[in-house]
Amino acid sequence: MARYILKRILGMFIVIFLVLTIAFLIVRLAPGDPAALMLGPEATPEETAALRTELGLDRPIVVQYFTFVVNAAQGDLGTSLFFRQPVTQVLAARAEPTIFLALFSLVFALVIATPIGIYAAYRRGSFLDQSAISTAMLAASIPSFWTGLMFQRYLATDLGLFPASGYGGPDASFIERMGYLILPSIVLGIVNSALILRFTRASMLDILGEDYIRTARSKGMGEPRVVLRHALKNAAIPIITVIGLTFALLVSGAVVTERVFNIPGMGNLVVSAVLRRDYPVIQGALIVVASLYVLINLVTDLLYLTVDKRVRY
Amino acid sequence: MNEPVLDVRNLRVAFRARRSSVTALRDVSFTLHPGRTLALVGESGSGKSVSSLAIMGLLPPNGAVTGGAIHYRAVDGSVSDLTKASKSEMRARRGAEIAMIFQEPMSSLNPLFTIGDQIGEMLLLHTDLDARQRRQRVLEMLELVEIPAAASRIDNYPHELSGGMRQRVMIALAMVCNPALLIADEPTTALDVTIQAQILDLMRRLQKELGMSILFITHDMGVVAEMADDVAVMYAGAIVEQAGASELFARPSHPYTRGLLHSIPMPGRPEGERLVPIPGTVPPLHAMPEGCAFAPRCGLADEACREPVSLSDFAPNHRVACFHAGREVTHV
Ligand SMILES: Nc1ncnc2c1ncn2[C@@H]1O[C@H](COP(=O)(O)OP(=O)(O)O)[C@@H](O)[C@H]1O
Ligand code: SF4
Ligand SMILES: [Mg+2]
Repeated sequence: MARYILKRILGMFIVIFLVLTIAFLIVRLAPGDPAALMLGPEATPEETAALRTELGLDRPIVVQYFTFVVNAAQGDLGTSLFFRQPVTQVLAARAEPTIFLALFSLVFALVIATPIGIYAAYRRGSFLDQSAISTAMLAASIPSFWTGLMFQRYLATDLGLFPASGYGGPDASFIERMGYLILPSIVLGIVNSALILRFTRASMLDILGEDYIRTARSKGMGEPRVVLRHALKNAAIPIITVIGLTFALLVSGAVVTERVFNIPGMGNLVVSAVLRRDYPVIQGALIVVASLYVLINLVTDLLYLTVDKRVRY
Repeated sequence: MNEPVLDVRNLRVAFRARRSSVTALRDVSFTLHPGRTLALVGESGSGKSVSSLAIMGLLPPNGAVTGGAIHYRAVDGSVSDLTKASKSEMRARRGAEIAMIFQEPMSSLNPLFTIGDQIGEMLLLHTDLDARQRRQRVLEMLELVEIPAAASRIDNYPHELSGGMRQRVMIALAMVCNPALLIADEPTTALDVTIQAQILDLMRRLQKELGMSILFITHDMGVVAEMADDVAVMYAGAIVEQAGASELFARPSHPYTRGLLHSIPMPGRPEGERLVPIPGTVPPLHAMPEGCAFAPRCGLADEACREPVSLSDFAPNHRVACFHAGREVTHV
C-alpha cells in the first residue's frame, strides 16, 4: 500500500516534469522571435533585445531549460510582462474565486445529480427516470454561456435574487464575495450534474443487477438498505472516477463562466493573458492546472483504495 | 406424516416481455415435509429458479405470480399463502424463517464487505443481539460450516476465499438465524466434484443437527440420489412427477423422468451401460404445445397426449402427469 502510494506520487512528479517541459517548449517553439511576439509589432529593436535578455532568451537553450526547471521547482514561474509581478503572485491573487467556483459547482452537481441518478436507476423506465435522462441531455447540450446570460438577466437583473456580476469591491467581506459566486456555481454545476447523473444512473443499474443484490434482498432487508448500503458502495467507484473527470470540464467551464459573470478568477486571467500575449502567465496557468489535474487523479485513485479492498497495488 | 412446511399448488408465474408475456411456470405443485429434503430436478430452463424466487417473494420486477398458491406453515403452526403475503411480512420471513443459497458462490457475496459483516447483517436484521454477541455467533457459524481458522477468516473479504469456502460462507449466512426452510438453488453446480461432495456432506450434517427442511434444486440426478428424501421432477414449467426418492428411482413412471435417469451415469448401474440422451430440446416458452409439453420428445406420445395433462395419483405418495404413466417404450 505505502509502496503503491509512493509509486503514484513519483509518477505524479514525472507528469508534472513533462508538463513543465511542454510549457517551456510552447514559448520557444512558437514561430518567430518570442520576445518580438510578446511585445507586438510596435516594439523597437532595442526593447525586443532588452526583453530577450530579461527572459534569458539569448542564452543556450539547454541553459534556459535548466534555469526554467530549477526556478519552477523553487516556485518561481517567472514575471508577468503585463503586471510586472511574479507569475505565482498574479495567479494566487486570482485563485480564490476560481477555487470556490469549482468547489461550489461540484457540490451543487453532487447534491442534485447523485440522488436523482440513484433513484432513476432504481425506478428504471419510470416517468421520473425518463424525465431525468431527457433533462440531463438537455442540460448537457445547452452551452453554459447561454444559461449564464439567461440566469444573469432573469434571476439577477430582473428578480434581483443574486448579484449580477463581479466579485464585490476591494472591501467586500468573504461572505459577500461568496454571494457573487452562487449564480455562476449553479450555471457551472448544471453541466456537471448532467454528466454525474448519467454516470450514477448507469453504474447503479449495473450494480442493481448483480447477484449479491439478490442475496441482500434474500436476507430480508428493506429496499433503502439494499440500495444505499449494498448497491451504492459498489457503484461509488465509477462515480468517483467521473467526478475526477468533471474537473477537466470545470476548468474550461470556469473560463466561460468567469467571463460571463465578470469574475476576476484564473479563467478570466488566462483569457486576458492570451490577448496580451503574457506568455509567462499562460505558462504558469498551464503548469498549475495540469498539476492540479494530476493531483486530483491521484486523490481519486487513493479513494478507490479505501472503498475497494480488491484494488491491486 | 405431519403437515407439510411448504405446499405449492398449481403455481403459475408469468414474465412480461416486450409487448407480450410468457408463462414460465404453468403448473407447479409439490409438497415439502418438515425435516426432509425435497429435490426439485429438471433440465436448465425448466423453471426451478423461478419457483424458488416465487417462494422467496423475489421474482424480478417483470415477473409475477398469476395463479395458484404457496402454503407455508410457520414454526408456530399457522399456515399462510405466501403469494398473498404483504411485503413487510415477506421481509420478516426472508432470512429469518426462509433462507436461500444461490448457485453462484463467486458473485453472491458483496465484494466490498467482510464475510463477518455480511453474515452478521442477518442477525442485525432479525435479532436483538449486540455487536459483540453477533460476532460471537458468526464465529460459531463459521466453525459449524468448517471454515478453517474461522477467527481470522471472519474479517476476510469474499475475494480472499475460494469458491468452496465462499459457498460455506453462504451456507453459514443462510443458516445463522436458524431458518425452518432452506432453499438451495444448485448450490454445488459451480463447484468441482470433490468440493461438491464436501458441501453436500456439510448440508446433510447441518440438516441432521438443526432439523430444517430443504428444498434442494439441481439438474443432477446423481446429486438427487445422494441428497433427496423426496423428488419432484420439473419439465417446461410444470411438475411431471413427484415421489419418495427410493420409489422414484425404483419406478420412474413419467417418460421424462426415465429419460433423465437414462441420460446420466448412476451409482449402482452396471459399468458401461449405454447412456441415452433425451432427443430434442425443451420447447420455447412462447411455443408450448397445447397438450402435454413433453409430447414432441416422447416415444409414447399419441392422440391422447394432445389434451392438457395434470398430476394425478399413480401409487401411494407417487404422482405423475402422464396419460401413459408407467408404460414401457416398446420402440425407440
Ligand atoms: N426475468 C425474466 N424475464 C423473462 N423470462 C425469464 C426471466 N427469468 C426467467 N425467465 C424464464 O423462465 C424460464 C425458467 O427459468 P429458470 O427458472 O431460471 O430455469 P432453471 O430451471 O434453469 O432454474 C426460462 O425459460 C427463462 O427464460
Ligand atoms: S402424456 Fe403422452 S406425451 Fe406426455 S409424457 Fe405422457 S405419454 Fe409422453
Ligand atoms: Mg436455475
